[in-house]
Amino acid sequence: MSQTLWQFHGGLKLPGHKALSNREPSIPAAIPERLFLPLQQHIGIASRPTVKIGEKVLKGQLIASAEGYVSVPVHASTSGTVIDIGDYPVAHPSDVDARCIVIEPDGDDVWVERRVPAQCDLLGPKAVNDMIRDAGIVGLGGAGFPSHVKVNEGVENVVDTLIINGAECEPYITCDDRLIRERADEVIAGASLISRTVQAKRCIVAVEDDMRDAYAALEKVLIGDIELAKVPAIYPAGGEKQLIFTLTGKEVPCGRLPIHIGIVMHNVATAAAVYRVVHYGEPLVSRYVTVTGSVVSPRNMQVLLGTPVGDLVDQCGRPDGPPKKVIMGGPMMGIPVQDERVPVIKTTNCILVTDALERGPQMPCIRCGDCVDVCPVNLLPQQLYWYARAQDFDTAQDLHLFDCIDCGCCAQVCPSNIPLVQYFFFAKSEIAAEEEARGSADRARGAYESRTARLAKDEAERARHLQQGDIGESRAKNDRGQKKAYIQAAIERTKAKRATAREREGSPKDNATVGPDRKSTPESNE
Amino acid sequence: MTVISALLVVGSLALASALLMGYAAARFQRERLSLVDKIDALLPQTQCGQCSYPGCRPYAEAIARGDADINQCPPGGALTIGALAELLGRDAKPLDPGRGTSKLKQVAFIDEALCIGCFKCILACPVDAILGAPKQMHTVVSSECTGCELCVEPCPVDCIDMRVVDQGMSNWRWPRPQDAPRMGL
Repeated sequence: MSQTLWQFHGGLKLPGHKALSNREPSIPAAIPERLFLPLQQHIGIASRPTVKIGEKVLKGQLIASAEGYVSVPVHASTSGTVIDIGDYPVAHPSDVDARCIVIEPDGDDVWVERRVPAQCDLLGPKAVNDMIRDAGIVGLGGAGFPSHVKVNEGVENVVDTLIINGAECEPYITCDDRLIRERADEVIAGASLISRTVQAKRCIVAVEDDMRDAYAALEKVLIGDIELAKVPAIYPAGGEKQLIFTLTGKEVPCGRLPIHIGIVMHNVATAAAVYRVVHYGEPLVSRYVTVTGSVVSPRNMQVLLGTPVGDLVDQCGRPDGPPKKVIMGGPMMGIPVQDERVPVIKTTNCILVTDALERGPQMPCIRCGDCVDVCPVNLLPQQLYWYARAQDFDTAQDLHLFDCIDCGCCAQVCPSNIPLVQYFFFAKSEIAAEEEARGSADRARGAYESRTARLAKDEAERARHLQQGDIGESRAKNDRGQKKAYIQAAIERTKAKRATAREREGSPKDNATVGPDRKSTPESNE
Repeated sequence: MTVISALLVVGSLALASALLMGYAAARFQRERLSLVDKIDALLPQTQCGQCSYPGCRPYAEAIARGDADINQCPPGGALTIGALAELLGRDAKPLDPGRGTSKLKQVAFIDEALCIGCFKCILACPVDAILGAPKQMHTVVSSECTGCELCVEPCPVDCIDMRVVDQGMSNWRWPRPQDAPRMGL
């Protein structure tokens, strides 16, 4: 199929290392001893647990519900018992633990009752959208944006083109490639379903030109007027804005979304997941994950969400020698995993075991401009670096810091090994924190001002009443006396409570300096 | 004659543009912030009173009048002092140690088992961040609490603690990368 393709600025031709993992068919990964399901596996508001510790759950059962529009529910990935809801390690640059529901599988993998609508092909947009939301589907390409929001925006706006993104551009990752080869019919059916739901005029399924088998598999099952496209394998060809430009020649304006120019994009795995929920009633409980790098037998696996990363490495054969780095995601944008209990979540596409990514020592910027040549967003990384480093965040924002897609091309080519993307992450997070602080200061100022105004009004009211003799001075005094007595009695009670508590703890030490005795006479000012 | 007509032309041009500019100034008037507003915008709005004024705005007014120095705000610390110095064209100076020290962000926490519902902390809170009613248990709306500590002292049963805000995923910040070493000349 020949069609006009546009070439975005910059990008890199990287060694793919795809053949390592894409030759073998995928296999289901073993059910682990424990599943750790984070409440936040998506962009937006974290979901809220609906199960209690000790409760038995079935595969596909709702265990945490969505909290708001930009949020999705979480389902149990297998049958078993909820043994804890607490903070556990997750893949996040901060290494901060996050709230997870921990399930101990019973090994039977029994499904909850799956409801399939009678006429799946005739469902209206609202029904499809609700099913996508209730199945907890998010963008499986890596961003993790709730899919129902995107579909809903598509329903409410005119959609010119729906793009199903199979351009898996980051080196080593082949989970979409294998998924397409093994489930091309589901991808195409999902694409057609989403296309019908958002009433797209065109629907394009795009893969990279080095994914020949995947392309052939799609070609075989193509239906309706869905188009196929091969895009050049230049990293980051699969980036949302890059792929849109490659296929349509349209650029998404700064700070806008693809829907604003009539385009909706979903990942191939998302399309397949949408198909599975509508036709089989299956919520999102597992996904394809590439386990690759220096493991003994790199391959793709169908992994239950919540499976610890270490289990997958073991199943693919842990490499000999000293422990290697484990990265969740690809070599360009992945997050190093410090703890092997870190679970696979909805957005996990790859587990890369390697130690080949170390860079040399960092040196000063020599202003060679290589980073400018490769930036796929036409930014000036070396300028952004200077301003981020000097903490001149206003200028960094003027240079469109927030249009940076964190692809890492600039850092990859930097001859001085400057961790440019880390500087951009730092600047973005400082700006966000500053805005947050300004927001809460503004709220505090507002609260303080309204309180001051209210007190002034109360005082005026009081003065007026006193003048009119509504409240006699003696009555006010009497009130005050009663109040004093009441507070004194309450203090005595609390003292007694504290004393008994201390006795129970069995610590005779008397911390009088912080005890209640410090303020024995309460002032009676009001 | 030429001189007169030249004067007339130039004069009427001047008049016309003056009228135009006058109109534009009135029509497109930008909201002007007073000095007090500008100073107030730089203060952290904790309303803690450690500066010896009853709130951030009164302190801003005092600075604007010239009654107060710019180094009296412990929650703002060096950052606020620097910003004030820049705004007012003065030299930055260290925080007045008599006012207190800069600390990590804290919020008040009421031990609800001990609270007797006396209402005193609610009266003390400058930003209405404590919820409750007389003889009912009180609680702090921690997202609104500025950490001013004004509620701690009035509590007759000493059931209010100041707690450092936890580092969670939501308020975690990327560390600044280590800069490259400077090369000697």
